[in-house]
This record gives sequence, structure tokens and C-alpha cells, in this order.
Amino acid sequence: MTDHAVLAQKFVANSPRAHWHDRALWFVRAKRDLAAKSLPEWEELREHASDIKAHCVAHLADYLEEFTRNAEKLGVQVHWAKDAAEHNQIVLGILQKHRVTKIVKSKSMLTEECHLNPFLERHGMEVIDTDLGERIVQMRHEPPSHIVLPAIHIQKEEVGALFHEQLGTDEGATDPQYLVEAARKHLREKFMAAEAGITGVNFAIAETGGFVVCTNEGNCDLGVSLPPVHIACMGIEKLIPRAQDLGVFLRLLARSATGQPITTYSSHFHGPRPGCELHVVLVDNGRTEILGSDDFRRSLNCIRCGACMNTCPVYRRSGGHSYQSTVPGPIGSILAPARDAAKHESLPFACSLCGSCTDVCPVKIDLHHQLLTWRGEIARRGLLPKSKSMGMKFVSFVFQHRWLYEWSGKLARFSLRVLPRWMIYNRFNAWGRQRELPAAPRSSFRDWYRHRSKNDGGKQES
Amino acid sequence: MSSREDILEKIRRKKFPDQPLPNLSEFGIVYANRVEQFVAALKSVGGSSLRVNTLAEADQAIRDLDVHRHATKTCSLIPDIGEANVDLDAVDDPHELEDVDVAIFPGEFGVAENGAIWIDAKNVKHRVVYVIAQHIVVVLDRCALVDNMHRAYDRLSFATPGFGMFLSGPSKTADIEQSLVIGAHGPRSLTVVLVENGFSD
Ligand code: SF4
Repeated sequence: MTDHAVLAQKFVANSPRAHWHDRALWFVRAKRDLAAKSLPEWEELREHASDIKAHCVAHLADYLEEFTRNAEKLGVQVHWAKDAAEHNQIVLGILQKHRVTKIVKSKSMLTEECHLNPFLERHGMEVIDTDLGERIVQMRHEPPSHIVLPAIHIQKEEVGALFHEQLGTDEGATDPQYLVEAARKHLREKFMAAEAGITGVNFAIAETGGFVVCTNEGNCDLGVSLPPVHIACMGIEKLIPRAQDLGVFLRLLARSATGQPITTYSSHFHGPRPGCELHVVLVDNGRTEILGSDDFRRSLNCIRCGACMNTCPVYRRSGGHSYQSTVPGPIGSILAPARDAAKHESLPFACSLCGSCTDVCPVKIDLHHQLLTWRGEIARRGLLPKSKSMGMKFVSFVFQHRWLYEWSGKLARFSLRVLPRWMIYNRFNAWGRQRELPAAPRSSFRDWYRHRSKNDGGKQES
Repeated sequence: MSSREDILEKIRRKKFPDQPLPNLSEFGIVYANRVEQFVAALKSVGGSSLRVNTLAEADQAIRDLDVHRHATKTCSLIPDIGEANVDLDAVDDPHELEDVDVAIFPGEFGVAENGAIWIDAKNVKHRVVYVIAQHIVVVLDRCALVDNMHRAYDRLSFATPGFGMFLSGPSKTADIEQSLVIGAHGPRSLTVVLVENGFSD
């Protein structure tokens, strides 16, 4: 897998675009701040959310059983899938039973994770993503670059060109209102023709057997209220104990995601429409493994609001695709190595450890601590690439030998002053790539301190 | 072993630190003037509101709305409100509702903190009507406003099969360069008619 830093470098090479991307996300972050400040109880709300998730995890097996019991009472058919392959097979089976060939889907990161679309397409089915951002990236044959704003990396001129080519809009048209109208018409046809609707799940309620899906566009409700079959796919961590806990999460989710006080639609599904079928697929796909890890368990609290991405200085300047994982950004850099550490070893290093993600996370996941822990874990498992492991070994040797440390400090201070630029700023020194190294001081801290202590007799100023 | 047993067994293999569930009964912001806050929140999410005294006035106000006057197909879920020509119960296939211009329906209660309205589809034959209509009008009792989402859930119970939703404004998207466009897939406008003397008279 290509190193994150390599892809990030490509992204920042187009400087105006990188700045545009950075600003677009910071704008969303600023809206989130305003929304959070509108509630005096914001911090308590985060605390409650974190407690509810911790409680739920402690009783997860019981709650899953309770959910299943109650859902079945409502007439829902509940399925369990160990992994992505089983999930896809279950969905395919339901669709084939109903001879479905046309499907509309509303946003679901889980089905992205399981690569459901290409799987169903291989079986001759048409799967249309109906969230506008997702539809745009689907038409471009690329994955979403953000979990809430899937097309945040695409400029309106590009959407205009894409729609001109595929939907026949006027050439050169870039007005968002006009483009959305064209997409509305195109997708209405798909909604009218669909024989089944697939959705994700934002929250499933153990106590009632129901679940909630949140959207702004109304695509979920259009997609599942016309055809006779609704399949809802969820990771087992989406469960919450009580209906009243929704109050906590719905207050946090949209405010953290886009700064809205709530999403336009928060749809509560309790059982199928009369004469129709409702299926829920509960998916593990690696989640029980994360659950077993004391270091990373809390990453399962994630409600997929995207706030940690919007605030992350690395994400904003490297773009979602540089992470090469379904969920990018800080939380993605924890979840992806949990799935395959060798493949995603560079992600925990795509982080400045500034801690901003931890500050905004509505469910109080200690994101930057987990990222740091992952770095150690990756080194321990021997997965560091040579460039990092050699350097680390060297530095650790130097740190263990005082004379060598003092001597290398002297050498560095001397070299930075006298060496020609080409010897410092070259491809072997990653730290000299996009930045000027600081001017080297003449003496080390140690020398300065020794000198100072001699002069004032080591007394502390008060 | 079935996948169900397999997953449950993997979860039960380990004990996790427990945490009591929070008590939410007194929790959450309280507003001095709920109506004012609700109207402001509704406006911020792209909805508009009208205030009338009686249901008869609500009926008149709705008939006077531009969207209603220009509508060809109107569906009303409230008896004697609006000039309806689509009877939901007479429709068999929900796809037939594709060209409904205006849908008028009741809201159960509103939430001041976010301008959301709880819509209950109980006894509504085709719930697609809420999202498929080009414009929607919700009639809401002014006294049926709660401060926040916690008070909202105090009022809800999900003991029987059904569908309900919090609706906050017209459908919208910001997926093209973060520019807000109202009218994504669903309604292009939401008008809330707040009735002073409620549904009781
Ligand atoms: S980790 Fe926290 S901030 Fe990031 S997406 Fe999940 S809930 Fe949101």
C-alpha cells in the first residue's frame, strides 16, 4: 500500500487546490463550534454519550439479543454476519429471492467497508447511491473522501463537467442549484424504478427493536418507502440501550458533523410497512477483535460524525483519498490498522498529535492517544518501513549513549550553520522537504544551563 | 456454530468495565420563550412559519399559500384543512404519489432547540407522502412544544410497530462545494402553521 505521506505530497503539490480543501473543511469545523457553543450543557452531553457507549459495550451481547428479540416481535428479519463476505451473501440472497435487479442505496459506510456495490454489480444488479455526494463519486468511479461529505474534494466545475457528460446538463454550467436540480430529476427516476432499498443504520435501540437513520436530503425515506423490500445494514457497535439515549446522540451528531442543530430527517423504523419486508443485517467484520483490545476498544464508540476529519490539520491538507481506507482521518487511522496493520502501517503516523480530534469528538474517544499507541504497536510488530525503523534504531542508540548524544548535537549545530543548502535540503531528509530548518543556536541547552548556573550560583529566580 | 453464536461468544469472552446509564430526566436546556426559540430554529433550518388562532384560520392561511394556489395535486391528512384532491387511502401503489405538489399533515409536537417536529405515520397508508411531495405544510399545536430532545423522547413510546420521524426543515444538500441548496430529493419547502388554540376545539 502506498505510504500516506507519498499520496499527501501529491495532494499538496497542487497548492491552490490544497488550500481550497483546507478552507472548505475549516468552514465546517467553525460551524460545528458555533453549534456546540449554543448548548451550555455540551460537555455534559459528550460525557453522557461516552458513558452510554461504555455501558452498552459492557453489555453488548445482552443488548444484541434484546434488540433481536424486540425487532423480531415487530416483524423484522434479523441476520448475523461474521464478515464482509457473509454480509454481502446475505444481502444478495434477499435480493435474489425477490428477483430484484434495481436497488437504491442511501449512505452506509458499512456497505462501503464490505464493498457491497461491486459485489452486487457482479451479480447483474444496478446499485445507485442516492446521497448526492455519494452519487457524484460513484459516477466518477471513486470512493468517498469523507464519511459525511463524500465529495468534499471535488470542485463545482468538475461536477458540472461530469453532469454535462453523463446527465446532459449545459456545458460549462457550475451553479450548484442548477446541478442539484439535474441530479434530483435523475435520481427521482431511480427511486421510482427501484425494487429494493438499502440503508445504513445510525442507531439501533435494544429496548424497542427499532433503528434510526439520519439524512438531510430525504434520500433514505424515498428509497425505502416506495419498494417492498428494505435492507438495513449495521455494525454491531451501532446499538444503544434505550430510546431516550437517542436524545443524547441526535443532539450531538448533526451539530458535530455540519453544525446543524439536527439532521433534516431522523427516521425511526419500527417494523416493516404493511405487506413489505424489513431486514436488518448485524455485522461483525473485525469489530469483536477491536472490542477485545483495551487500547482501542473506545474507537468503537464512533458515531461517524466526521468532526475529527474536519479539524485534523493532516486530513485537511492531504485529502481523504490519501488514507486509502473507507474511513479516513484520525478515526480511520485507528480503525484501518486494526483491520490490517501491515497494509495501513503509515496511517498512525499521518498525525501531528495536536489532539484537536480528541477535543471535538462528541463521544470523547481519546483519538490522539490511540494513534500514539498504534505507532508503538506498529514498531513492536516490526511493521515499520526501513526509512522509519533505521532512523528510530539510530536515534535510540544515540539517546542511550550520552557522549554520542552530546557529540551529535555539536555536530548538528555546526553542520546546519556551515553546510551548503544542497546537503541539507535533499531527498534523504524528509524534514527539509516543505520547510526551512530553524537557525541552529551556537550552544546547546546543556552548555547554556551549565554556564548560567556557574554565574548565579545555581539559585532559582523567584 | 452459527454466526450469531460465534459473534456473541466472541463478545462474551471478555469482561468490560461497566458504566451506569445517565439519568436524563432533568437534563437539557430550557428556554424562556419556547415559541420564539422554535420559530427561530425552524428558520435557521430553512423552514418558515405562520401563526393563527384557530383551525379554521389555519385552513384559510394554507389555501392562501402560493405553493397551494399553484398546486395541481394536493393531499391533506387533516380533515377540512386545505383543498385536497388526492385521497391517500384510495391510492394502492405509493408510486402514484410521484406528482403530488403539496402535502398537508399534522405534527405531534415541536422541539424548540432544533426546530424539529415529530411526525407519526400511524394510520397513514403511504409514508412516502412526507418526502415525495414538492412542498409540505405541517399543522402544529402551539402548546405542543418541548424544550429539547430529552423532553421529546419523554413523550414517545415505540411499543407497537410503526414509523415516525423528526422533521427539521425542507430537504437540503450541501454536497456541491458546501453550497446549501434547498430541495434535494424531497420537499422544496416546509411551512409550519402554529395554531394557538390547538386541535382541541
Ligand atoms: S471519532 Fe469521534 S469525531 Fe471522529 S467521526 Fe467518530 S464520533 Fe466523530
